[in-house]
Amino acid sequence: MGHRMTQPLAVLQLDNLTLGYDRHPAVHHLSCSIAPGALVAVVGPNGAGKSTLFKALTGELAPLQGSFRMHTAPGGIAYLPQQSELDRSFPVSVFDMVSMGLWREIGPFRGLSRSQAERVRAALAAVGLSGFETRQIGTLSGGQLQRARFARMMLQDASLLLLDEPFNAIDARTIEDLIALVLDWHAEGRTILAVLHDLELVRRHFPECLLLARESLGFGPTTDVLTPERLATARRLASEFDEAAAVCHRPEAEAA
Amino acid sequence: MIEGGLFAPFTEFEFMRRALAGCLALALGATPVGVFLMLRRMSLMGDAMAHAILPGAALGYLAFGLSLGAMTIGGIIAGLVVALGAGLVARSSILKEDASLAAFYLLSIATGVMIVSLRGRNLDLLHVLFGSVLALDDASLLLISAISTVTLFALAALYRPLVLECFDAAFLRGVSATSPLAHYGFLVLVVLNLVSGFHALGTLMAVGIMILPAAAARLWVKRLPAMLGLAIAIAFISGVGGLLASFHADVPAGPAIILVAGVIYVLSLALAPGGMIGARLDRRPHLES
Repeated sequence: MGHRMTQPLAVLQLDNLTLGYDRHPAVHHLSCSIAPGALVAVVGPNGAGKSTLFKALTGELAPLQGSFRMHTAPGGIAYLPQQSELDRSFPVSVFDMVSMGLWREIGPFRGLSRSQAERVRAALAAVGLSGFETRQIGTLSGGQLQRARFARMMLQDASLLLLDEPFNAIDARTIEDLIALVLDWHAEGRTILAVLHDLELVRRHFPECLLLARESLGFGPTTDVLTPERLATARRLASEFDEAAAVCHRPEAEAA
Repeated sequence: MIEGGLFAPFTEFEFMRRALAGCLALALGATPVGVFLMLRRMSLMGDAMAHAILPGAALGYLAFGLSLGAMTIGGIIAGLVVALGAGLVARSSILKEDASLAAFYLLSIATGVMIVSLRGRNLDLLHVLFGSVLALDDASLLLISAISTVTLFALAALYRPLVLECFDAAFLRGVSATSPLAHYGFLVLVVLNLVSGFHALGTLMAVGIMILPAAAARLWVKRLPAMLGLAIAIAFISGVGGLLASFHADVPAGPAIILVAGVIYVLSLALAPGGMIGARLDRRPHLES
């Protein structure tokens, strides 16, 4: 890892982070540090704590223990939640929805300048949605809606991007286009964390990988992390849930 | 002749003009709030909150009689308590929101009717339950207009965060701290407008002028600004139609207004592009793919 003096060593530093609901940990004593410009796949079975981790990073969930530090450029972080969290029956056009990516510039009151409107159209073109400006979001297919969400994220111009299962229920052609966008963002030096289930995809495009099963089962180069043994352990660990689990007494030092 | 029937009631009688002004104010304030209530899937929540206002207004009535100020303040306080309480119950117990709301409004209306009967005459109870749009005094009219004015300014200020809060709350929380402001600010607007509607139409029908025009407009248009405009127009037409029906047929005005809105809604349900028959009437051939 290249240690540069001018930049912080890590965009994201997780320090013995434990997250959960009702005292049951969903992420248990997680420590790792994400370097600037890293492209990291977060992999693990359902219930492994991947979405929980993102919720904590966006400030929606307070840690049960430990902490994390973020050193992001002014653009801050952009978070793409799972698709189900968007109400598609709401009457709003694709253009209006995507233009909200400029929130940091226009805030709650200001209108779009001509150049900003141009940027919205450019973002729509970049995701292959030219001509869809006036369509209602309810008329889009799942893949088209995901393209629109990527366009909006593009306009947010963030330095740390969190993508939660961005390719769920998306066809191969769309995934190909969207992955190309992610790789572009990576080339621009942005730091990207993406929750993914398609291990083939991870191996092909993501240099680094964090394998989660409540505990971290490895963080580093993808080929080292995604071994059959570790994946089998991940499956076993994630399915266990002990209603009467004892209080965890793991000391801070051992976990770090 | 027809002109006489349409305009004479308003030109000749002051109470009709007051009622008309009240209906216009309600259409401008309460109806846009109703559109957002519907789009947030909170229509029934609005109903429950309308009932929740009753005990508060009734307590004000118990202490001070038919006093506008006391009943308004009591209603606003009770409405806010329930608006915040219902969400809390749903989040912190295993009851789903609909069950907790049903419990809330059944208790509220029973409590309210009980309190009013403790002191009042049946006439007062009728006034509280069904409003008195034909007997709006200066103070009530000013109150309704003031609430509508505040509502329009607040909706203009909250418009963008509120729209985002409705259809993609997670995104709004990510980019801005205005999400709670949009959510709770909107709930406050709902309560204010329910109290406003309560004075004109009574606790049982205040929600009617919010939800019925909103639902009818939703069936006709797809864009939100058009929907808001159309809903306001439908609400005002219902007001005029209801008042005229009440005047000519000597029926109670509040229910007449809501019934006219209901007729427009049913017709829209049948004929509008988004309605039950309307969509099937479109026999034009499908387009090139």
